Amino acid sequence: MRLRAAQRLADATPATDVPVIRMRGAGRTYPGPPPVRALHDVDLVVEAGEYVAVTGPSGAGKSTLLNLLGLLDRLSEGTFELDGIDVSDLPEGGRSALRGARIGFVFQSFHLLPHRTAAENVMLAQVYSHRPHASRAGAATAALTRVGMAHRMHALPTTLSGGERQRVAVARAVVNMPRLLLCDEPTGNLDSAATGAVLDLMSSLNRLGLTVIVITHNPSVAARARRVISILDGRIVTDNRTGRQTEPASAGQEAPC
Amino acid sequence: MLGRRWAVTGQSRYCLRDLVAESLAGLAQRPGRSVLTMLGTVLGTGAFVAVLGLAATANGQIGKQFSTLAATTVTVNDTGQPQGLNSTAVDDFPADSDVRAGRLHGVVAAGVWWQVQLQDSVISTSPDTIAGSADDNGALPVFAASPGALRAAQPSLGVGELYGSFDAQNTEPVVVLGATAASQLGITNLTAQPVVFINGLPFTVVGIIHGVQRLPQLLGGLIMPSTVAEQDFGPPQANYPPQMVIWTRIGAADQVAAEVPYALRPDDPQVLQADAPPDKWDLQGSVDAALEDLFLSLAGLSLLIGAVGIANTTLIAVLERTGEIGLRRSLGARPRHITAQVLCESGALGLVGGLIGASLAVWIVIAVALTKQWTAILDPRAALLAPAVGAGTGLLAGLYPALRASRIEPLEALRS
Repeated sequence: MRLRAAQRLADATPATDVPVIRMRGAGRTYPGPPPVRALHDVDLVVEAGEYVAVTGPSGAGKSTLLNLLGLLDRLSEGTFELDGIDVSDLPEGGRSALRGARIGFVFQSFHLLPHRTAAENVMLAQVYSHRPHASRAGAATAALTRVGMAHRMHALPTTLSGGERQRVAVARAVVNMPRLLLCDEPTGNLDSAATGAVLDLMSSLNRLGLTVIVITHNPSVAARARRVISILDGRIVTDNRTGRQTEPASAGQEAPC
Repeated sequence: MLGRRWAVTGQSRYCLRDLVAESLAGLAQRPGRSVLTMLGTVLGTGAFVAVLGLAATANGQIGKQFSTLAATTVTVNDTGQPQGLNSTAVDDFPADSDVRAGRLHGVVAAGVWWQVQLQDSVISTSPDTIAGSADDNGALPVFAASPGALRAAQPSLGVGELYGSFDAQNTEPVVVLGATAASQLGITNLTAQPVVFINGLPFTVVGIIHGVQRLPQLLGGLIMPSTVAEQDFGPPQANYPPQMVIWTRIGAADQVAAEVPYALRPDDPQVLQADAPPDKWDLQGSVDAALEDLFLSLAGLSLLIGAVGIANTTLIAVLERTGEIGLRRSLGARPRHITAQVLCESGALGLVGGLIGASLAVWIVIAVALTKQWTAILDPRAALLAPAVGAGTGLLAGLYPALRASRIEPLEALRS
């Protein structure tokens, strides 16, 4: 009973004035010996609808930040609110639910299950959430249409190009209508043409209101974002809002939502 | 505070239908490997059920064969002591034992028999054979059997006839030869009316028997009416005490055994001890149990090997699928969901292995029973238990891989 009420709350569109991410004095120290301060003194606020790129050299703390933002790891200091919910000491069950419902992940190596069709891969994202079985196929179709992959719905990933695979992965990430799209080197395995298509797709999703955070060390990927945060030695060293509008997506790329 | 936050986030859920569907999909992705992994469980549970089924089937068959004979045989032993100071003779059966026992309900035939004690006997087909010569068959046993005892043995006659009460009453010097004794004496047919000499006394051979249902020792010797034996060689001795054998109707053995001492010796029934033959089930049961234990431990061993196989394959599958597991975690799976799925997969392998094994075993039991024309007997509980045992094995084997899977760090897995 309480869970059902909770679900309504979790599914409801949160008020737009609440930041998607609010970190205060956040840090993560991996216990030693010797202890490693992978991230410290991070104050970060990401408002709804922002497009943020996080850059920095290897070992700077990008992965740690991604882990924390994705609720895959816990802060060792500071506070972290996701969508206004304090997740610092949330039990694992709640964190998993929040992760499944409000965060969509896109990875460098796609992580599509090879024996399942594009639609089945997208539907996998609905298995751990509260989506009723009857509505899953429809939602998957809608998500694939949104990323321009409606024509390859029943194709196996092995028959798709790299760019197509990443678009299926994006469809999987957005099928649950997340608040945050968290991308980890999304174009790392793609050629320049496919990179452009995927970045266009992310821009278009962002324009439709989805908050996007991209972790990358590729300057051209970071250039698409309206805000670039660079990390060095576990600290945020620069935080630039370019103010620049993202490039308009090509007409064929933007699918009806 | 905590309550409110839970109310906001809810719980990530993995419903049973999804769990089963995802696990089966995981197995179906690698059908060849799944089948090979199952093999150990198939063999283990199959052997388990087949052993139980074959043992029950064979037991039922043996039981069927023995029960006819067991239910129709009663023996009465003389437990009396020799009477008189210098006597070794034991004879507590009355002279009219055959008639007295025959009056009881359920008795088909009954009579007293014993082995005649002969000293330095010479048995031959010619009267002047010297003891120890090649023609001497003195080692052949000589049995005294009343006509009723001979009939109760249910002999199958080769040639000639059995002696009857007329011969017994008139102490006619006749013998019936067991097949083995007849061939030793070189007697195969009765057209020449052969005579056997025992210590010089002539006995006319009236018949040769080839088989008996009871008293198999008769086949190896010479059988004469007990009256003749008593007249020529004296009463039965303590080292070869007389015994009554009774052929009863089916199911009457216990009743006859209870009544016969009183019918024979109403004055002193304790001197006679009547028994239905020992239940063959006990002996057979213990032999089978030893064999069954051996086979069951072999079945257990193959089940163990099957479990190791499942554990091994599941662990490899988990290590191969770290990326998939990380992905599932990122999609909202809790560690326990991962554990549940791995356990479900290994359990399903065991369950299906158990099902296949049990069905194979049922067919084996049926096939063996058909070729031997036996009745197939299989405890349905054994057949139903097998899939459960298989599933249990699978679950047990999946424990460690499941634990490993649940500890996989999602982001590391996703970046590899």
